[in-house]
Amino acid sequence: MFKILRDMLRYNIEFAIGFVLTLSIFLFALAHFWAPLPDTAIYLLPPDMPPSAQYWFGTTSRGQDVLWQMSSAIWNTMLFGLTVTVLSRLLAVAVGMLSGYLGGRWDQALMTLNDTMIALPNIPILLLVYFVMRDSMSWPVLAATAALLGWNYDARLIRSVTLSLRNREFTRHAVFAGMSVPQILVRQHLPYVMPVIFFTAMNNLIWAIGLEVTLSVLGFSDINRPTIGGMIYWANQHQAIIAGIWWWIAFPIIAVVLLFLGLFLLAISVNEYIDPRSRLSRMGA
Amino acid sequence: MLDTLQAPTTTSSMLRVEGLKAYYQMNYFGVRREVRAVDDVSLTINRNEIYGIAGESSSGKSSLIKTIAGAITPPLRVVEGSVKFDFAGRELDVYADPQAMKAARWQNLSYIMQGSMNVLNPVRRVKHAFHDFAFKHMGLSPSAFRARVEKHLQRIGLDPHVLESFPHQLSGGMRQRLTIALATVCEPDFIIADEPTTALDVLVQQDVLALIKDIQQRMGASIIFVTHDMTVHAAIADRIGIVYAGRLVEEGPTLDVFRRPQHPYTAHLISSLPRIGDNKKRSALPGKPPNLADPPSGCRFHPRCPLAVDKCTNENPPLEARLTGRVACWRAGEVQTA
Amino acid sequence: MSALLELRNVNKDYRIGGFFDSSTLHAVKNVSFTLDDSKPEIFTIVGESGSGKTTTARMILGNETPTSGSLRFMGQSITAIRSRAGKLKFMSKAQPIFQNPFEAFNPLSTIDYFLFSTARRFLGLRDKAAIDAATDKALHHVGLSLAEVRGRYSHELSGGQLQRIAVARALIPEPKLIVADEPVSMVDASLRMSIVNLFRDLRDRLGVSIIYITHDLSTAYYISDRVIIMYKGDVVESGVAQEVLGNPQHAYSKALSQAVLPPDPEAARKIIMAKIA
Repeated sequence: MFKILRDMLRYNIEFAIGFVLTLSIFLFALAHFWAPLPDTAIYLLPPDMPPSAQYWFGTTSRGQDVLWQMSSAIWNTMLFGLTVTVLSRLLAVAVGMLSGYLGGRWDQALMTLNDTMIALPNIPILLLVYFVMRDSMSWPVLAATAALLGWNYDARLIRSVTLSLRNREFTRHAVFAGMSVPQILVRQHLPYVMPVIFFTAMNNLIWAIGLEVTLSVLGFSDINRPTIGGMIYWANQHQAIIAGIWWWIAFPIIAVVLLFLGLFLLAISVNEYIDPRSRLSRMGA
Repeated sequence: MLDTLQAPTTTSSMLRVEGLKAYYQMNYFGVRREVRAVDDVSLTINRNEIYGIAGESSSGKSSLIKTIAGAITPPLRVVEGSVKFDFAGRELDVYADPQAMKAARWQNLSYIMQGSMNVLNPVRRVKHAFHDFAFKHMGLSPSAFRARVEKHLQRIGLDPHVLESFPHQLSGGMRQRLTIALATVCEPDFIIADEPTTALDVLVQQDVLALIKDIQQRMGASIIFVTHDMTVHAAIADRIGIVYAGRLVEEGPTLDVFRRPQHPYTAHLISSLPRIGDNKKRSALPGKPPNLADPPSGCRFHPRCPLAVDKCTNENPPLEARLTGRVACWRAGEVQTA
Repeated sequence: MSALLELRNVNKDYRIGGFFDSSTLHAVKNVSFTLDDSKPEIFTIVGESGSGKTTTARMILGNETPTSGSLRFMGQSITAIRSRAGKLKFMSKAQPIFQNPFEAFNPLSTIDYFLFSTARRFLGLRDKAAIDAATDKALHHVGLSLAEVRGRYSHELSGGQLQRIAVARALIPEPKLIVADEPVSMVDASLRMSIVNLFRDLRDRLGVSIIYITHDLSTAYYISDRVIIMYKGDVVESGVAQEVLGNPQHAYSKALSQAVLPPDPEAARKIIMAKIA
């Protein structure tokens, strides 16, 4: 593992940049555990201070330090995004691979479910869940709901990969070698599906973070828990742009863009590394 | 090594390949690999000749013809050597003059490929393929071009109506005839044929071979014909070159190569051919084809050779003239043929 | 004397074409033959692409169900096998060899995984040493050993070696029947004979019956005991290989045997020149 990391850093510039970017943002987000003030507290600092030596990124109209707010916000947003991504990847892989490999009635049933889910509009469903849940609405529930909405396109993609693998000779050979369906899917097919999982994970993460921002900006989430979207919501509430408090909005957006960029670079370079063709070339095929 | 061929002086050479080395050079995340697919090959192909290249999969025979055609893309690179054509007194160095090479494509130099479906677009009528490939090169008006194509098809024994059909409406044999028609409509001087009969059903194979031979004789073109199937070489090649592990190991007139193979590898290829009416047990060659990224020392065939001696392990035998051809073997001619 | 494999009036139809203009393709028509349990043999099905030979093989292996007719293996109907246990029991007696040795093993996984899985599942072995021993024994039948194969990927081996490993894998459960679909068409000429000779050897030494499916008449002649020639789903000729291939009677078999180029330049050239004239 360490050797792979070293090789990737040395020979792949995209990976190196992506790695450094993501790592610095991660460390920055991690720092919120050592924040001097609790991240939900308000009006403990002078409001509307521009960036200075004391408050590097300035303070908000609610008397919070933008630097520490951002640190917590990125952490929470990332946590939400990753939870959605991991959950929805699990669903997409399970449905896509089973549907593609088993075929027949299973395929029909799973794909009907899949296509129905595609037709559902995301935001209204999430709002509905929000109104039903009301006070018991917490970020894990929101993440689970988003995950349920975010797997269907990728399941179709994974299904098509599995479908082509099913017709390859080694799959038939594996059946006659007595391998069970889980063995064939996990041991024989998963390495070919991995690049799809990685690449769609990236897309999904961006979608999930975007979703979180959208819902928070609209005020449909726990607004006291700092997130990137929550920061923009409060900035909006205090008319930060009109008031000239640009740092309240600019810094969170820059942070999110850098995060996306870093993750994107990581995804494409890791993808190239685990791609079957490049793997085979490295092995000397 | 300069090639002093045994060919009579009246035939002039069409293609001269000298000391050609083409390697795949790859670098994936720090794993560097160099595969010597074409390793020091020199050969000459005469005017009006079918030259067969025989070799097994990954022996480098496809890389060799790709390099000859100037159709290589990275990671395959020409490291050394030259490929020169002589089209009617006009010399063309493939790797020195890419512009002239581009102009010569299809007009002087064309290809017959393995799968006809790689050439014919499945969703367009056949006539479009002719238009795409040949119209520009012939400098004719559309109607004159159409007349010329129809005449050419008739000569090949195809009904001109096939121009209006889609590829899937035609049989495999018919499609392969069409790709031959496509490759020859400009009356090129040199044709590269890459396994043109491998994907065909047995029943049409002979007809396609006869067609290639017939056109070649009528146009006086030269053909370099690549296939792993020795019986196909027996049927149409004038001379054969045997490729093993990126090197030319034997070359000579077809009849002589079949009757008196000089290289033990060639001898094995020929004696292992099964024939109907004879089912006595035939021996198989031990070992496996060499890995071109890490070829054996000395003669590359020595680990599998029944005649190998110490010298074979250490020194690479040069390709030298012997009898009517050339052979690269320290023990050339000592082979016992069954 | 009992039948190892019995095909009786086997038919397979496919519906082809679109929603409105579909037609029926008769891929296999009325095929019947019987392999004897007590007399292992190499039974060859010769045909070109579209002859129905591969469909027949797939039906014998239980990968396709016939439209009509019966396939019985060791007295049991192949189409009636439904349960996983039943399938495993069938597979332990009938094993396939595929066409492309480079595709037979997953390029991204080590080859031994296929071998060990076979030993574990069909021989019911749990102990690592016993699995190794069973695998090694099977590899010895094909002139290889586990030491040469362990931990290797398919790209590290030649087509001939891979095909021999595929045969060894099929031998692990000690099957009665091997169905080999074009097993040498993708193998290099210098290695082809080693595979073909291996089939002879399996028949003589291990008493395995082999259904050899090919379009190549010369190897068919070389190893077969009996042969059937298929053309567009029909069996046009059948019988003892040397007689059928040496002296074909049906027009199609004649054409097929004449289409084989002799491995001799003078004779081959004569054929080609005759076609031109």
